[in-house]
Parts: sequence; structure tokens; C-alpha cells
Amino acid sequence: MEMPAPNPAILARKARIVERLRAVLPADAVIAEEAETRAYECDALSAYRCPPLAVVLPRSTAEVAAALKVCHAEGVPVVPRGSGTSLAGGVLPTADCVVLGVARMNRVIEVDYANRFIRVETGRTNLSVTGAVEEDGFFYAPDPSSQLACAIAGNVAMNSGGAHCLKYGVTTNNLMGVTLVTMEGEVLEIGGAHLDAGGLDLLGVICGSEGQLGVVTEATLRILRKPEGARPVLMGFASNEVAGECVSDIIKAGVLPVAIEFMDRPCIRATEDFAHAGYPDCEALLIVEVEGSEAEIDEQLGLILQIARKHDPVELRESRSEEEAKKIWLGRKSAFGAMGQIADYMCLDGTIPVSALPYVLKRIGEMSRDYGLEVGNVFHAGDGNMHPLILYNANDPEELAKCEAFGADILKLCVEVGGCLTGEHGVGIEKRDLMVVQYAPEDMEAQMRVKDVFDPGWLLNPAKVFPLALTAARRAA
Amino acid sequence: MRPEDESELAEVVRGASSPLRIRGGGTREVGRPISGAVVETGAISGITLYEPAALTLVARAGTPLAEVVEALAAEGQRLPFEPPDWRALLGTSGESTIGGVVAANASGPRRIMSGACRDSLIGVRFVDGTGAVIKNGGRVMKNVTGYDLVKLLAGSWGTLGVLTEVSFKVLPVPESAATLLLPGIGVAPAVTALAAAIGSPFEVSGAAWTEEGAQIRIEGFAASVAYRAERLQALLAPFGEVVVEAGRDASDTRWAGLRDVAGLAGRPGDIWRVSVKPSDAPALVARMGAEAVALDWAGGLVWALTEPGTDLRARLGGFAGHATLMRAAPETRARIAPFQPEPPAIAAIATALRARFDPRHILNPGLMD
Repeated sequence: MEMPAPNPAILARKARIVERLRAVLPADAVIAEEAETRAYECDALSAYRCPPLAVVLPRSTAEVAAALKVCHAEGVPVVPRGSGTSLAGGVLPTADCVVLGVARMNRVIEVDYANRFIRVETGRTNLSVTGAVEEDGFFYAPDPSSQLACAIAGNVAMNSGGAHCLKYGVTTNNLMGVTLVTMEGEVLEIGGAHLDAGGLDLLGVICGSEGQLGVVTEATLRILRKPEGARPVLMGFASNEVAGECVSDIIKAGVLPVAIEFMDRPCIRATEDFAHAGYPDCEALLIVEVEGSEAEIDEQLGLILQIARKHDPVELRESRSEEEAKKIWLGRKSAFGAMGQIADYMCLDGTIPVSALPYVLKRIGEMSRDYGLEVGNVFHAGDGNMHPLILYNANDPEELAKCEAFGADILKLCVEVGGCLTGEHGVGIEKRDLMVVQYAPEDMEAQMRVKDVFDPGWLLNPAKVFPLALTAARRAA
Repeated sequence: MRPEDESELAEVVRGASSPLRIRGGGTREVGRPISGAVVETGAISGITLYEPAALTLVARAGTPLAEVVEALAAEGQRLPFEPPDWRALLGTSGESTIGGVVAANASGPRRIMSGACRDSLIGVRFVDGTGAVIKNGGRVMKNVTGYDLVKLLAGSWGTLGVLTEVSFKVLPVPESAATLLLPGIGVAPAVTALAAAIGSPFEVSGAAWTEEGAQIRIEGFAASVAYRAERLQALLAPFGEVVVEAGRDASDTRWAGLRDVAGLAGRPGDIWRVSVKPSDAPALVARMGAEAVALDWAGGLVWALTEPGTDLRARLGGFAGHATLMRAAPETRARIAPFQPEPPAIAAIATALRARFDPRHILNPGLMD
């Protein structure tokens, strides 16, 4: 992956820059030794690495602002970082950048049940937001698979989703306000405990801007009362097509499950070998979960099973206990781990119109044969957000190149059928050069204008989101 | 001017040398009075894609809202955010367009459960102030590819671009609905009761207050609605009498009235729309000295009818939220900023964004200032 060459003038000024950062931050908040900065050289897209010039780990919004002021004055690029779980290279450093990690900022600032919100510092992990309110019966809805580790800062930057967005939406639909520190070190309050923007919806464009508009240090998040209960049902089908049709029919029938998860045969086989969840031997399976009281769940599942039966399922498995429900989810939740046992994998994230599911799965199968690389599909079928996992050998550069080409072909296919490159992981560096497949130059120009306004020097999170050739003039200015 | 399609509209904008007033159906005459040649989007009309099984609808911006609502209803679906019809309230006539709904980010009572218009909006096409046609988002409900200009365009009142096409995530219409009414309850206890209701697991999709009392809506399968009505009735018993009004039709009529703020329509005076932290509503209402108020969003949205020419913001003092003057004489809207003035740093960003998207200042210039 091509990255811009580091600015030699910045590299030469390292000592002075570090000294200026140390002057405004506590001693333990600045890391400059190469042995220690190496811990920040990559995220979960670990094929690409580059130790930064320095790392700062502030403990407050004021310290974030102070660090940014120094970097701005010195013209040093800044890569804001949450927990570093990005699958898209969203926090890959450059050699001349300062990584600004918010991990030490993880306090709960306010919990307000009457107005249903929580305000947290953004270094807090996704799961521990729910952890702060669950004893009182509330939860924070967006639930990315990495929720144990990923930080709200990254969730806001990437507009993260999860398995339950069909009902509850993604991060942007659950974000009410932020404290944003600009590259100049100015602290802005945007949104809050009230609904909607009074003027332009800046919050809406900040969410999902991949840390390129400012550093989000605090967030006001919508919390919801937990439903009385939830229960999954598992269905096996003879083909991907039939499973896809069943998804469409469920949605059309007026039931709105909280989750509809899909796994194909390679994935089912791998998870069975790994997790022994007792999944049926079939081409495709769905896990559908609904919420409510016992009686409400019975009614919804009754309707869903009735629809499923019309598609000649090879298996319909209801859960009659907490134990059985856990077992249904077990395979799905260990799917990524299971695939990882077989080989290295690249996880894609394109979204397609639900109606195109059978066609896209068929084409992926054909491409898999052409490239000679295995693919497993496990994804959120209700909203069309696919996660093809391409298996390859990371130690073989030739196979990595082949895998990347295959991945790009799948994403192009997603766009071709009316979908997009990324549903919840973000563009990062991984899909940067594919942006031209989805967007015309003027579409990207419009997006880059927003960056021009917030970060005129183009210092924040360099080389992400937009193709390098498109941003060269702005970065050089 | 009434361009026939997107490319003709782009030509009109490119060729313009003086300000343009962008108009959908002309049903929302909000903002600073501005001058300029009127550009209507009404001819750029028609539903371009509707896939009920994918819960997706795409329509050109000038499509009448009524046409969208009808097409969805034929498949048992609807726009989740319950777009309001403010014609009677604002004293306007004409045909509301789907693009106008988006430009105003207009949302009804279901906003507390299903989000605002901007939350259901998944894609836009628009013509910016240079005449360039720009697309963002698409027709799938999960999409984080590039910056989210979809949200930025929603509620921008035609000041960043002229919308030409909008895409929505839609939802099925539930089988049944019911309203719980707490007759005669005052604003302060009502807001507490509404908070208890929406903080319960019983999936409240409307929480409003009018002089009739507090009103709480639940929707879903018939048995589920009956069950939740019973549970909510018990939960709210400490607040006084709780009457259950069952049935889809009764609910539709009642909530259409609440959605359109029918209680304040047709009465003389100015109309303000105030977005607040719900629990702040009672104290703010007391300070308003309004002739009448109506609350939605569990207290988070306050509609106020005030004497003509009143600067409501001066009475409210500092508060977390914003107040918009929705209906007033042009001279009042020239004197009192209809949109809440923003802190200088935020206002500077908004000004800079407008300068980038509309460098010649020709798209509804000054409307939101």
C-alpha cells in the first residue's frame, strides 16, 4: 500500500517537536523511544506497519488541545487513535506523524436515564458503555464484533455498525453530541442532550469522517431500555439463493427482527470444526433474533418459522433455554476465529441491496475458483452488509497480492449491483484507491471540501479515505 | 423557473448570476425573507426505485410527499420518521415535496423511536452552487464509504445544494396501534410520565402533550400492543387516570393531529419550534409566557404560539438546545433570526462550508443566517 513519503524536515526536527510536546503534557504522556512507538505501528490491518515519529496519550480534552496546538504549529501530521482495532488501516501511522491516542480518556461523565443518554470520554470501550448502565436495565445499541476492545472514538470515526443495526441503526443514529478538538486546538461543542441540529448538521458529517476533521474527545450517546427478552432461531437451507429469498420474505412480511445473520457452507464447516456448535450440514444458514416479552417473541418467531417452512428448510431449530440460545449464537460469534484457524484471512465489508444477495454469492463463488482462493461468507443479511473472508497465506507476498485483487473485484461487484465498498469498517487505506469505483471526481471533491474547512492544512489522519493522487495538491499546499 | 430534469437544473444554477430561491412545494416558508428568482423542483419528479423486500425507496426530489406515502402504503410500508404536514400550522398551501421534507429535516412524533428524517435518509443527489451534480450515499442502509454528506444536506434548507434525488430506508406498517391518554395532566408531571414511558421496555413510538393531556403511542402486532398497553397502564398509574384508546384508525387520526401540531394551527401569533433536553421542558415552558404550547418527543420538542414579534430566545435565556421561528411576518423574520444564532466558531464552520459548496452565494443566500 503506497503511503506518502515522510517529510524529511519533520523527521529532522523530531527532538524539538518531542520537547515541545513534553512542555505541555505530563511526562508519561509522550512516547518517543522507537522501542515503545513500535506498539502503535499498525492496527488490525496488520499487513501494513510504520512506527510514528512519536505518540501522545493525553488524559483530558485540554491536553488533547495542547498537543494539537503544538503539532499544528510544527506542521506535523496527527493520527488520532482509539483502540487500534480498525480492519481498514484507519490508524496506520506515517513516519513523520504523531499518533494521538485517547485510550486513557475513558471516564463516564454523566448518566441521565430520564433523558436516555450517557456522556463518556471516547477512549472508553464500546462494551463498557453498556457496562455502565446495564445494571439499571439500559444498553448502548451499536455492537461491532470488536466491542470488547474497540473505543467509542473509533466507533464515531468509522460510524461503526454491528449485528443489531437492522432495528437500532448504526453509530450515527445513536450519537447525540460530541466535543471535537480541531487541528488548531480549538474545542468545539456540537449537539448534546437535545435532538437535531439548530443549523447545519455538523455532527452528521463528523461521524464517519475517519478522524480527518478533528479529534472527538467526548460523546453523548443515546441509551435505550433493554427489551424484556430476546431469542434466536436457526434455519438451514439447501442453497444460498433460497436462504436469500427467505430473508426477503421475512422483511416483506412486516416482522422486524433485531438481527438476521447469514453463513455459507465454508463458514459453517469451519465453525463446526472449531466451536462444535452443532450446526446442520447444509449450504446456508440463517440466525434470526427477535425481541420482546415471551408471548411477543413466540408470536414473531411463529410468523418467521411459517415463512421459513415455505422455503423447504433442511433444519429449523428453536431455542427453548438460555443455553440453547447461546449455542445458536456460538458458531456465528466464533466464525471469524474459526476461519483464522484455517489460514490468514482478509475480511471485506461491502454492502449490497438485499435483493442482489443470491447473484453476488454466486459470483463470489465463481471468482473464488478463478483466483484459486477459498472464501467464507458470514454477514448481516437483513441490511445487506456482507463480510466475505478470503483465505490466504500472509507470508506469501504473491498470494497477498492475489488476495487483494480478489477483494477489490468483490467490492467492485458490490458497487456494480447498487451497493457500496464499505458498510461499517470504513475506507482507511485499504479501500482508498477503490473510491473511484463508487464516486466520480466531483463527488469526492465535494467531500474533500469539508476536509478543507475543518483541516485546511490536511494534517489530520493523512493518506486515508481519498486516493493519494487526488489529495496530492492539497497535502503539498 | 421550473427545470424539467437534473441536468436542466444544473444548467440553470451554472448560468445564474444572481441569487436563486429554491422551492419544492412552497409549504415551508421558513427563514430570513430572501429575494431572488424562484427555482422550483416540482417537475423533477417520480419514484425511481422501490424495493419493498429491501426496505428501500428512491425518489426524485420534486416528487409529491403524498405520492411517496401512497406508494409505500400500497405495500404496507411507510417512512419511519413520520413526515409532518405543516401547511395548516404555517398558513401555507401547495404540495409538499419529498425533497422539501429532506431540506427541512422534518420529522414527526416517531422521531423518538425511529430517528429523524436524516436517519432514514441513505442517499442524495444534488446540484451545488457551481452547478456540479454530486452524489453521496446510495441505496443501501449500511454505508460508510467516504464522508456522510447525506446528513449534512438534510436540514440545510437548500443552502448547500439543490436536492434532485433522495433515498430512504423504509419500514413496515405495524398491524395495530394504541394510545394511552393521561387526561388533563399538567406539563411538568406529564414530562416525568413520558420519560417513564419511553424509558420502559415497551417500545413507545410517540410521547406528546397537549392541553388534552399526555399521550403515548405503541405500535406492533395486535397481541403485543394489548400486552404493552396493559403494562404501561400499570407503570403510569401513579400519575393518575390512564385511558387506553385502541385501534389503528383512531391512532392514525390522533397522531396525525399531533404530528401536524393541529392544536396551534389557524390561531393568530408567531410559531416557535424549540428543541431541548426533555427534562428542561417544563421550566422553559414556564419562562416562555406563550399563549399556547404543545410538546412532542417526550418533551424534547416544544411548539409555542407567541404574541407577534416576540423574541422568544430573550425570554428563554441560555439553554441547551435551539429555538427556530417557524411562522412570523416577514418583518419579524428580518429582525429576529429565525434560526438559532450559533457560537462564533460553529458559525464560522457553517459559513466556510457554504462558501465551498456555493462560492457565488446564490443558493437561498442568508436564509439560515
